[in-house]
Amino acid sequence: MEILMAILASILFATAIYNLLQKQFLRIIIGTVLLSHAAHLFLLTMGKLKRGNPPVLVEGVTNYTDPLPQALILTSIVISFGVTSFLLVLAYRTYTLNKSDNMDELRGSSDE
Amino acid sequence: MSNLAVLPIVIPLIASVISAFIPKKLGLSRVIAKLFAIIFLVYAGYLAWVVFTDGIIVMQSSGWAAPFGISIVADYLSVTLVLITSIVTTAAVFYAPSSLSQLQETYYFYTFMFLMISGVVGAFLTGDLFNLFVFFEVLLMASYGLIVLGGGKVQLRESLKYVLFNVFSSMLFVTTIGFIYASVGTVNMAHLAERIQEAEQAGVLTGLAVLLFFVFAIKAAIFPLYYWLPNSYIVPNPVVSALFGALLTKVGIYSILRMYTLVFNNDVGITHEIFIWLAMFTMLFGVIGALSTQNVKLIVTYNIIPAIGFILMGIGLYSTSGIEGSVYYLIHDMVIKAALFFLVGALVVAAGTDDLRKMGGLITRYPVLGWLFFVGSLVLAGVPPFSGFIGKLLLLRGSLEQEEILLTIAALITSLLILYSMIRIFVRGFWGDTVEELPEGQNKKVRNLTIPAAILLAISIFLGIGAEFIYPHVETIANMLLDRAEYINAVLRE
Repeated sequence: MEILMAILASILFATAIYNLLQKQFLRIIIGTVLLSHAAHLFLLTMGKLKRGNPPVLVEGVTNYTDPLPQALILTSIVISFGVTSFLLVLAYRTYTLNKSDNMDELRGSSDE
Repeated sequence: MSNLAVLPIVIPLIASVISAFIPKKLGLSRVIAKLFAIIFLVYAGYLAWVVFTDGIIVMQSSGWAAPFGISIVADYLSVTLVLITSIVTTAAVFYAPSSLSQLQETYYFYTFMFLMISGVVGAFLTGDLFNLFVFFEVLLMASYGLIVLGGGKVQLRESLKYVLFNVFSSMLFVTTIGFIYASVGTVNMAHLAERIQEAEQAGVLTGLAVLLFFVFAIKAAIFPLYYWLPNSYIVPNPVVSALFGALLTKVGIYSILRMYTLVFNNDVGITHEIFIWLAMFTMLFGVIGALSTQNVKLIVTYNIIPAIGFILMGIGLYSTSGIEGSVYYLIHDMVIKAALFFLVGALVVAAGTDDLRKMGGLITRYPVLGWLFFVGSLVLAGVPPFSGFIGKLLLLRGSLEQEEILLTIAALITSLLILYSMIRIFVRGFWGDTVEELPEGQNKKVRNLTIPAAILLAISIFLGIGAEFIYPHVETIANMLLDRAEYINAVLRE
């Protein structure tokens, strides 16, 4: 199971990087979204997927699932959610002011 | 007692929340911002005094003992940096009203600024790797708010690139934390330090150390990952640039200093050797950038990069003088960068342009600003007896002790070129032929902008002339970083 998840995460990473290297804003933002999904999936896999009982609920459990990665992912999901929504608004504002959503046309020059 | 450690994060957070409710009442929010900045300054001074007299303070949040809970650790290095942050914040709060337009100020400038300060201070104080990521995000979110403030075409364009780079490096950070957790099973820094010493797969850990370095290198703008920095740091208002230049890249280099002295020092031959080479290139490429442009803001911004190189050089040397030099240079650079950005902000207002070719003869009308700028340039370049000199002296001594001749030469050339790049502004902008169309009626504004910069410069000069007083503290910090036992015991055994 862990192997499958790792492969899935790596496919997501690859797709994310491909999208990040595109020129259109929306594709780049989709790239960052996929990147965060890949990172979260990866984090989940790192804590080993299912090792036994739920943690903490009952006393005396020795073989329990690690709760820490889940706490980390939850925090990270909230953050990437916020950043993505900000990024969408920023990209829209940049598009309306610069009249372009192509990164090639937004290089800028030294005489501004 | 241990709750003392968390207050520096909470005070700016409270200020941020209060000013979020009163954005339109400008007079009131200015007063509140100044009040909280001064409270923060006094408190940071008190905390530094307590920690330096009584030793490290550790707060285990919600009473969960480390390594299970999140530890907030006020050690010698963190409290010193928190104190410097509070000084820069206070200066920025007094500088902001004259520098920003009223509209920019009412659009939540103080909210974002204090939120960013809260994140910066949190990053300095946390003793937990994942929590460090969270505080990075707090300060980045606030910095996104600041960088787009009053956004025009160019500003939004560069902001978008800034945000994208940071989003990418944050996700890399999370992935690296995942790797580290999988291989050693903890994210508490002190616990990591212990586990990594006992761990058997040294090769994997060195790989992780390099991966983590990539994350921090993007944040700290180390060669070859500094290309996002210059253009995105000149687009916002000078007060925002000053906060970014003085604090944000320094958080990145602080994380390197912390992680690669406390945790990843089991394979110094590989990681720290990489640091030395990168430090050399960072210094040289940064200063070449500063020489390549005629834009005064860009010259100062490019000068952030060689400073990062100097700090990294000391970490790479990993000896007593090297680390002492890095710490001294870090403290010095936070103050002087803020002062120089403030002065350049005033210069741009006085000259009405940021193009050096269109300036000239400002010294007759603004003599104080001119000479302050001259002194600031000397401090930055490290001319004795100013603070840059002492940091560089320690670094060069460390580098000669280990016979890194190439590194020493690169550092010396860089210092000379930094001096040249800054003096160029003074010679061309303040001397030279007087330009006819100077903007009128800016005298009062320029004076208001000069005062906070002058105070920061005075502090910076004190850091150099008062080395007798500062140096023992730097020595304490360096000993703690190199010895590690005091930090680990404070977090895990109390």
